Amino acid sequence: MSEPAPEAVLVLDEVRKTFGATAALTSGGITVEAGSIHALVGENGAGKSTLVKIVAGVHRRDGGTFRFQGRDVDFTSTADAKAAGIAVIYQEPTLFPDLSVAENLFMGRQPRKSAHRIDRAAMYEHSELLFQRLGVHLDPRRFARGLSIADQQIIEIAKAISLDTALLIMDEPTAALSGVEVDRLFAVARALRDEGRALVFISHRFEEIFALCDTVTVMRDGAYVATQAVAETSRDEIVAQMVGREVAELFPKTPAPIGDTVLRVEGLHSTGKFHDVSFEVRAGEIVGIAGLVGAGRSEIARAVFGVDGYDSGSVHLHGEAVPMRDPQASIKAGMAFVPEDRRLQGLVTESSIARNIASVLRRGLARAGFLSPRSELRAADAWAQRLQVKTHALDMPATTMSGGNQQKVVLAKWLATEPSLLIVDEPTRGIDVGTKAEVHRLLSDLAGQGMAVVMISSELAEVLGMADRVLVVCEGRITADIDRDRATPETVMRAATQTHRPEAGA
Amino acid sequence: MTTLHFRVHARPAWRRWLLTRETAVIAALAAVLLYANAAVSNFDSPLTLYYLFLDVTPLLLIALPLTMVIVTGEIDLSVASVVGLSSVLVGVLYAHAGMPMWAAALTAVAVGAVCGSLNGYLVAYVGLPSLAVTIGTLALYRGIAIGLLGTEAVTDFPDSWTDFAKMRIVEGGSLPMVLIPFAVLAAAAVWLLHWSPFGRGVYDIGLNREAAHFSGVNVERTKLLLFVLTGAVSALAGVYFTLRYGSARGDNAYGLELQVIAAVLLGGVSIFGGRGALHGPIAGVLLIGAVASAMRLEGQTVNAINIVIGVLLVASVVATPVLNRVAAERAARKQK
Repeated sequence: MSEPAPEAVLVLDEVRKTFGATAALTSGGITVEAGSIHALVGENGAGKSTLVKIVAGVHRRDGGTFRFQGRDVDFTSTADAKAAGIAVIYQEPTLFPDLSVAENLFMGRQPRKSAHRIDRAAMYEHSELLFQRLGVHLDPRRFARGLSIADQQIIEIAKAISLDTALLIMDEPTAALSGVEVDRLFAVARALRDEGRALVFISHRFEEIFALCDTVTVMRDGAYVATQAVAETSRDEIVAQMVGREVAELFPKTPAPIGDTVLRVEGLHSTGKFHDVSFEVRAGEIVGIAGLVGAGRSEIARAVFGVDGYDSGSVHLHGEAVPMRDPQASIKAGMAFVPEDRRLQGLVTESSIARNIASVLRRGLARAGFLSPRSELRAADAWAQRLQVKTHALDMPATTMSGGNQQKVVLAKWLATEPSLLIVDEPTRGIDVGTKAEVHRLLSDLAGQGMAVVMISSELAEVLGMADRVLVVCEGRITADIDRDRATPETVMRAATQTHRPEAGA
Repeated sequence: MTTLHFRVHARPAWRRWLLTRETAVIAALAAVLLYANAAVSNFDSPLTLYYLFLDVTPLLLIALPLTMVIVTGEIDLSVASVVGLSSVLVGVLYAHAGMPMWAAALTAVAVGAVCGSLNGYLVAYVGLPSLAVTIGTLALYRGIAIGLLGTEAVTDFPDSWTDFAKMRIVEGGSLPMVLIPFAVLAAAAVWLLHWSPFGRGVYDIGLNREAAHFSGVNVERTKLLLFVLTGAVSALAGVYFTLRYGSARGDNAYGLELQVIAAVLLGGVSIFGGRGALHGPIAGVLLIGAVASAMRLEGQTVNAINIVIGVLLVASVVATPVLNRVAAERAARKQK
């Protein structure tokens, strides 16, 4: 075989990696060219993260080819990878909050004056230049504390560029960004591509892949499946490659008889978070809550369930007042809340799957004050069964599972309490297509059985597909209550951007 | 829907039970006892064991609730000061105020609970770090104790009570009577931490406070209750301490808090919270007691004993990451 003229920046082929008994990668591969943006897609557990971690020097591969800039490499630490010119931007960057933006950028390599003193003037000047090059406006003198996730990512990218990074990997960078912020990130990414750098972009959002990327590589079950030019493929083709089977319709909400009012929220107000929020949810109904990130959707849900307090207003379930800031009382009244962040709020990840599933239920499982592990296991087994949780043993810690499976455990834990109102906050964020469809089918079934469901989602398609009614939140207020047949991307987005500020847009 | 079959446990029973910190401490305790029985003269006499139990009873008592506090990720450094305060109160109330002995003892325990509730309120509801709060109350409670009685001591207690503190279950045997109330408390503590819904919440708080809150665990109330229990049980240990030595003094049990915490950590409870089981700290206390007892019989000084206990503690803390790494490397080799 003849040598292709300029070798790709990154070549991985037949890469293998196992952790304990699980093979995370059986035959991972990707070839990334300079001056291109390369999408890496696959279901959760397909091996994307493992592949990235091998490139970043977090893990060492067990076997296979790994070439970077034409040389065989074998990184034993993240420092090796960085020195070689590889940078990884994670979903949630970790900056030092009490240092300035510039100090974060030049951590460990501050420009010096005589006698080893730090040359702050030079540091600020370099930072300004970097931001100019990226076309963003950030004050290098301000502290990192309080910066949005989008700004923090920009700082990480600026840092990577100042280190003359040849390969930049972004792991689900847009998950927590609003529309404007995504646009800015994409502009930066395109500028870097035009400078001749190689970028790898991991995302579950197809619109973004088609808007940004040149090439797409699909992985499935720890193995390479296909690489194609984005222009020559379609969403359906990629989804089919990811799942290896035809997926059922993604959002299958089936019509269900709508019953009595289950939840009534009246005039809920919390200064600085949300104002005068009133709505009702009836049995058998899925109410979607849409809006931009940061509009106050999660804050409302948290207050209704009682993990946070509020200043005025009331929450009634089945006509009974639910006390404020008392999750235990809300649970007893029949509420369940699947929170936004499953690792920090939804699960005790270091605890076993069984204990997690039984964690809300356990008061009811105790007999004469005694809670036996056996009764916890029985309850957990039944619900893990019902939600088809993939694990080989129930005493494994939840950390060992993929995101989709973790989400199933959170759902199992709440459904086990047999609630009459289920609030789900971003139920399918960061989980694979197959599990996503399962979650949608489940929510639809639950509503069909007469449960009242409140679903918060940043994915417009999900809200439009699932909800009987869409409440749109903008800047802490409900700006629209739209019925299923009148809800379109346009009506929802218009209500979501009814702000007093002019720059809002999707 | 396909039927899934889940195994209950990923690892076989012997590996789950044998490869734990608790088992290691129990094994170390057994080794020390076997060695001391064979090599230290007089260690095997019933009297040695009897005094060993009398000496460690306050530690055993306090270790029970303190373990639960540490499992939530908090700490209570004021326990020994509460012992001192309770001791002084028993003395003052009985000898100076003329209260009956049982009333003095009950009042002391109630005051201990109040001391604990102050700690718990500041930690759980005000949100202050327990390390700082209990360093403060360590000084505060000890200060009150010494303020009440000065450098005096009350030594005039009814014989029936002081005798009970030293009574044996079987005449001439090595087990003191106080082990019976301890066993009752230990059973209650094991139920609370390991066999009740409340106990699961204690671990959840230690591992992930926020997730516990989201699941309906009342984080504040749980912490408050554990601090109150620690205060009350420490005061109970103070009553015992007073009767056992027949002396109520402000400086009783000075520095005991570090011994209890050392024993709890030696027993495999993580200082970061979320990990540990009650049999570990109990074995930890007995291990420290046995080492001290054996060394004393050998004529070693308190200093030397402290050095050995310090080395034990540091070794046990170092052992965990080392063992974890060995296990990880073994697992990695198996893969190849």
